[in-house]
Amino acid sequence: MTNATNNTGVGAFTANKEKPWERVKNARKENRPQARDYIGKLFHGVFEVKGDRCFGDDPAIITAVAWFENWPVTVIGQQKGHTLEERMACNFGMPHPEGYRKSIRALKQAEKFSRPVICLVDTPGAFCGIEAEERGQGLIIAEHLRAMATLKTSIISIIIGEGGSGGALALSLSDRLIMLENSYFSVISPEGCASILFKDSSLAQEAAENLKLTASDLKTFNIVDSVIKEPEGFDRFNMDKIVMDLGRDIKRTLRRLTRIKPDRLVEKRHEKFLGMRGL
Amino acid sequence: MKLFSESIEVENAAERPKDDALEKLHCGGCGKDMIADIAHANDSTCPYCGALFRQPAYKRIEMIVDSGSFIEIEREAESKDPLSFPGYKTKIASEKTKSNMQEGVIIGKATIKGQRTAIAVMDSYFMMGSMGTVVGEKIVIIAGFATMNRLPLIIFCASGGARMQEGIHSLLQMSRTTIALARHSEQKLLHVNVLTHPTTGGVTASFAMQGDIIIAEPKSLIGFAGPRVIEQTVKDKLPEGFQTSEYLLGKGLIDRIVDRKDLRDTLAEILGLHCKR
Repeated sequence: MTNATNNTGVGAFTANKEKPWERVKNARKENRPQARDYIGKLFHGVFEVKGDRCFGDDPAIITAVAWFENWPVTVIGQQKGHTLEERMACNFGMPHPEGYRKSIRALKQAEKFSRPVICLVDTPGAFCGIEAEERGQGLIIAEHLRAMATLKTSIISIIIGEGGSGGALALSLSDRLIMLENSYFSVISPEGCASILFKDSSLAQEAAENLKLTASDLKTFNIVDSVIKEPEGFDRFNMDKIVMDLGRDIKRTLRRLTRIKPDRLVEKRHEKFLGMRGL
Repeated sequence: MKLFSESIEVENAAERPKDDALEKLHCGGCGKDMIADIAHANDSTCPYCGALFRQPAYKRIEMIVDSGSFIEIEREAESKDPLSFPGYKTKIASEKTKSNMQEGVIIGKATIKGQRTAIAVMDSYFMMGSMGTVVGEKIVIIAGFATMNRLPLIIFCASGGARMQEGIHSLLQMSRTTIALARHSEQKLLHVNVLTHPTTGGVTASFAMQGDIIIAEPKSLIGFAGPRVIEQTVKDKLPEGFQTSEYLLGKGLIDRIVDRKDLRDTLAEILGLHCKR
């Protein structure tokens, strides 16, 4: 797994060239820790809140109130599932509109009780199906973005695996964006890009390189605030180091953000994004 | 915050180039071919069967706002190539020639039956109206301009979604436009969207669905995912009329479907209903 970080010595050139695609594959690995794994380790006293109070409960998005050290926080995490049964229940991490609606409910409650929000982003994308369209997938992502843009409490987003398109972006409009070393964040999947632009989905590797979707690319663009390095043999059974590093980053950030007045916090969030011209 | 006050250049709409690059159009409704200029002179409607063509942005302006009232801003903004994406620069150059547009959206201020408004019109003839940094930035600028000048904002949406060639920078425009429009909305200013064929992807999942009032042209494709992607996902044929304006109206996702020839009157009415007394 850590081949991707090895860019010295013989074969460095090829390794370098393969990096983005290797990272995408790492981000998708079955045993990579997922939202529920992090929730179990980073927080305690977790009370999961369920349902959008309208249509149903979407297991692809977990929302909870929990303790992070001595802060009560709201946690919103996209969950893919490890086993086949779990994966099917979570729709392979592709949320439906009710998932985003539940998440908006959690955001509003966080604001009401002045709790910081911590988002764990991990999705190949919002679900593209008939029912999802019927229930307004586009509309609900737009509303989720609006809710995060105006939320008067601090938001930290962490891309822990796949940052697939609008479905991931919906949870990323935050005061601090953290990415794990082998996560990616992209406008479209490399396969999708390859099949549309290069007319051949087997050119995904090339597309991954061209899309500049790795954590280090996004750090260069100043879109992501910090990148957490992944240790050798990192998986869901071996994640203590990452949990420690993440915990440290969250703690430092919360100390800083919770001192800022809510109106000023929102203003700063706006300035941050409006300043990202990418031109 | 001074983000919007800088570098707004004002130009006269009369100097704009002509839309003469579009030569022929094929009507999907009746199967006839015709000269594009003739169709566009007829509100971009098929003279044989009345089916709607995608309307070039400047034609749209001509049809909607009071004659001579449109003042375009930021006309010269053009896309860079932030990812050095293969073939992108060439693509942009050819799209410019083909569409006679600098980018996929024009923005400015105008009056509609004497009522002042800020307006943005996307053009699907420029790279299918895809949203890259310039399209996003221009929506941010016009939202900021409308906020500063306390104007309502009308956005004609037409987009295939976020532009792949600018990668993450395109995706981020969803957040940026959302923020700019949230600031407009917080000042209790009106935002009307007109969804036209096609409105999909990142544009649907951000500003296209954030209007106080959302109207659509008949039979337009409006959705988050494109129909082909959905078909591949569900491995089944899609129901008849799926993702059309009529379908969205039935699902409670938009307010009204308005014929192209009635859009000017309808927008004037909406502006009138929201003017402060």
